[in-house]
Amino acid sequence: MDGLAMGGYGAYVWSCYGLTFVIVVFLNWRGRLRQKRVYREIEVRLKALEDRE
Amino acid sequence: MWKWFHQLASPPHFYRISLLIAPWLGVSGLILVAYGAWQGLFVVPMDYQQGDAFRIIYVHVPSAYLSMMAYMIMATSGAIGLIWRIKLSHAVAAAAAPIGAGFTFLALCTGSIWGRPMWGTWWEWGDPRMMSELILLFLYFGYMALRSSIDDTTKADKASAVLALVGIVNVVIVHFSVEWWSSLHQGQTVFKKGTMDADMRIPLFIMLIGFTLLFGSMLLRRIRTEVLYRERRTRWVREMILSPKGGT
Repeated sequence: MDGLAMGGYGAYVWSCYGLTFVIVVFLNWRGRLRQKRVYREIEVRLKALEDRE
Repeated sequence: MWKWFHQLASPPHFYRISLLIAPWLGVSGLILVAYGAWQGLFVVPMDYQQGDAFRIIYVHVPSAYLSMMAYMIMATSGAIGLIWRIKLSHAVAAAAAPIGAGFTFLALCTGSIWGRPMWGTWWEWGDPRMMSELILLFLYFGYMALRSSIDDTTKADKASAVLALVGIVNVVIVHFSVEWWSSLHQGQTVFKKGTMDADMRIPLFIMLIGFTLLFGSMLLRRIRTEVLYRERRTRWVREMILSPKGGT
């Protein structure tokens, strides 16, 4: 429990580490999401073109 | 050397190379960050003045450093795109902006949280380091807003590159603000001799390397997306996407 209390600064220390985790995960997730969207968009367009041809 | 550089600047070549490198950067970055965070939180002795609150340094300094590095990457690639008209460089600039904004936001938040117990305030409007870092965040927002407001990609690339170049002045101010003006924020610590014990400094370097690798992995993924979008009408994208293996 002492490790978690951080000498009375626990709320400050853990909130910083928690926020860092959230931001890094968020940035990673957004990057993946955009990549999937762009890929899917191009795939749909290309398949439609191929069908027309 | 130049041949290699030109080869790397070719979108299909870069796409394939980054596909191989990004996962390695991500995994090694994660391992280093996990090890550095464990050291910083539980192994390193507490500071004699700040107590355990000083452990915030292990997330605050890497995020502040990345906030400036991402901007420099964005501005330098923008300049390369403007001068040498290398298509890939504008994609790099566009990809660096959201990650840089994220780390700038993180640096501001962790700095503010650290400031509360140490300075007795969450925020100080007159502080040059805090204000210049806040301006950096607005520069990122402005850059992204400018890009998305112009439909023509070539025009958007040029306009945003100019904005990024002008904003370099602010990065210099962020870096030197603690030396040029009196500030609540402490002066240079990481690379100054005698300011930090080796026991505390080594985990910080591990975190800096780990964060940089994670940043590199995220940046490569976003550049790949940018390249894919910009090259969507080219033959190599068509062949790659319609091939049974795909290309993500």
